[in-house]
Amino acid sequence: MCGIGGIVALRDEACGPTRTQLLRMTSALRHRGPDQSGVATLGRAGLAHTRLSIIDHAGGRQPYTNDDSSMWLVYNGEVFNYLELRDELRSLGRRFRSESDTEVVLRAYEHWGEAAFERFNGQFALAIWDRRREKLVLARDRLGVRPLYVCEHAGRLTFASEIKAIFASDPSIPRALDPIAIDQTFTFWTVLAPRTAFAGIEELRPGHVRSITPQGTRDRAYWAMRYPSDGSSAYAGSLEDAVEEVRAELARATRLRMLRADVPVGAYVSGGLDSSLIAALARRATNARFATFSVRFDDPEYDETRYQRLVAAELGTDHHEIVVGRADIARVFPDVVEHAERPVLRTAPAPLLLLSRLVRDAGIKVVLTGEGADETFAGYDLFREAKVRRFWARRPSSRLRPRLLQRIYPYLSRSPVERAAMAEEFFGRGLDRARLPGFAHETRWRTTTSLKRLFSRSMRAAVGSHDSVGELLGELPPELSTWSPLAQDQWMEVRTLLSAYLLSAQGDRMLMASSVEGRFPFLDARLVELANRLPPSFKLRVLDEKHVLKRASAGLVPPEVIARTKQPYRAPDAESFLGPEAPEWALEVLRERAVVAAGVFDPGAVAQLHAKCTRQVASGKVLSNTDNMALVGVLSTQLLHQTFIEQRREPPAFDLRDDARSTNVTTNGESP
Amino acid sequence: MTTIDAVRSFIVTNFYVPETIVLTDDVSLLELGIVDSTGVLEVTAFLESEYGIEVADHEIVPANMDSIRAIAAFVEVKAARAA
Repeated sequence: MCGIGGIVALRDEACGPTRTQLLRMTSALRHRGPDQSGVATLGRAGLAHTRLSIIDHAGGRQPYTNDDSSMWLVYNGEVFNYLELRDELRSLGRRFRSESDTEVVLRAYEHWGEAAFERFNGQFALAIWDRRREKLVLARDRLGVRPLYVCEHAGRLTFASEIKAIFASDPSIPRALDPIAIDQTFTFWTVLAPRTAFAGIEELRPGHVRSITPQGTRDRAYWAMRYPSDGSSAYAGSLEDAVEEVRAELARATRLRMLRADVPVGAYVSGGLDSSLIAALARRATNARFATFSVRFDDPEYDETRYQRLVAAELGTDHHEIVVGRADIARVFPDVVEHAERPVLRTAPAPLLLLSRLVRDAGIKVVLTGEGADETFAGYDLFREAKVRRFWARRPSSRLRPRLLQRIYPYLSRSPVERAAMAEEFFGRGLDRARLPGFAHETRWRTTTSLKRLFSRSMRAAVGSHDSVGELLGELPPELSTWSPLAQDQWMEVRTLLSAYLLSAQGDRMLMASSVEGRFPFLDARLVELANRLPPSFKLRVLDEKHVLKRASAGLVPPEVIARTKQPYRAPDAESFLGPEAPEWALEVLRERAVVAAGVFDPGAVAQLHAKCTRQVASGKVLSNTDNMALVGVLSTQLLHQTFIEQRREPPAFDLRDDARSTNVTTNGESP
Repeated sequence: MTTIDAVRSFIVTNFYVPETIVLTDDVSLLELGIVDSTGVLEVTAFLESEYGIEVADHEIVPANMDSIRAIAAFVEVKAARAA
């Protein structure tokens, strides 16, 4: 796992990249690759790389070039089927000089061109500079596990794994929050690619390749999430067949991610089904010691210790735990925002930042997690809620049908009948739109959208008539309406939250902050394609979520873990930032002057929100979901402004000297 | 302060509505999402402590809670009945 960056002069009169600019990028990306770094200046292009050595420590130095130095590669990630691809390329007459996956990636591109990327089963972001054609190719894995950002400024294109490296390369690049991105966050919970939180900085979309030549720029989706058209029999087998096949494919995907590494691989154990299943399959793939890692919470509402220890004991792992409390979350939250580079409405990434530190301190560089199972096998409550609401919509006058909501949200059945009627009013909105895309997510988006009342007048003016939901619904794949309702909901969940939040703000960025690589067996290319082919009823059987996966877990995961009610991963939220122990930074970013300076929120409204939350916590009351999201959203946006726009946080020390770990390549007559 | 002004003041403060947004007396607070299912309980607690009334569960319905005018009217009827 690594960090990549680069600069290309797009016009003849634009300045070519300098070594100093590239070294500034590697400095900003050092956490992603502390083992080695290298830069190459190649005339109008320059490439930068920081390396975390996982496969072929000696042979994978980057920037990497082919035999005649006509093509140069910087690459972040893993292509798990690189051995198979190498065999195939050898049989086609290609010769190899190293054991590294990096070489396979470049030779695959030499041989197949851009068609190589669809053959990759992995998680990667890469850039290839073709000197003869003066062509830059940027590509990203199917589901967007690894990040890649792009900025065009003053006739130059700059790209990097993280936005901070783009800013670091050139102080003249303008820094401003993008109002539409903030609007998206207060709709979908995050910013959707190709947008980022910053105006003028773009994210290359998952599954896309971008080629930049003197003739122009072209974006192409080489892969997209697709589901069978309704009624088609994409999967011929029975449920029992599917259980067997899912188990076999997941075991293969896990084994591949365990064994394709020259360093030990560990696993996260949350206490839920998905990570337990991955840990169990991983345990079977190795005879070596196997380390597992868990977050515990001192607040029992969020804690899952019992199940974590049960799984670790059953598998006989070398188990590590970290206990996280409110003060810890308050302390690291500014670092979370600095790494996530986007506003967040939840503190959930914070414990994962602390967990990755624990992994690093245990000397482990790679962990497997259960991320992706809820999207591919339909684990979220949202899918069940939508199913009930669609069932209800077929007979809107029914008094009984909405009662099924109590199966999903048991708190509804504990409240008086009349109060349940209020909830029914809430879930019953828009039943006439039950057949339209976005129906499942409407309740979430509506609740979040109401928080836009916190926006300042100027922010509202900047957003203008832009309609974030309308924009999203306007760019749906044309065939989406032919898919089952569940498949449509899954697609929407993947589009809005998987790469855009879970794999970035909670995944890659929190892991790489501590130089740890995450691997996600549930996002294996073959497994995803199998899962998407399965009939909806295998995934969501009546209201039983991840049905096929639970069946596939039998005998591997303790029955208590399979049978337990799904607990969404949550951390103590806004309470962490309130009361007598409130962190100094929170008080600072909430001051009227700071709120006015960022310009996003109305200072009076923020003061009222802060006062209300402080009052609630002081009187021992629990903050409502809405107040929680509002305060965390305000704090993270304010921190983002303070860190990246005002640059008031101390940047990491730039080390521009060459060191022993650094490779420096200069060609084309450029002096070092 | 009239009941309607007091209710508006509570809604604006408790649900952090900026001064730049004008809430009319009849706008649907539920539709706008300013008051959600938890928010309704906050409104109820306010009415009980401020006006010394008791709100029964069957009275916590959209008809009584959806707008500033509806909430104020509900309080006045309740208070008059109690008097």
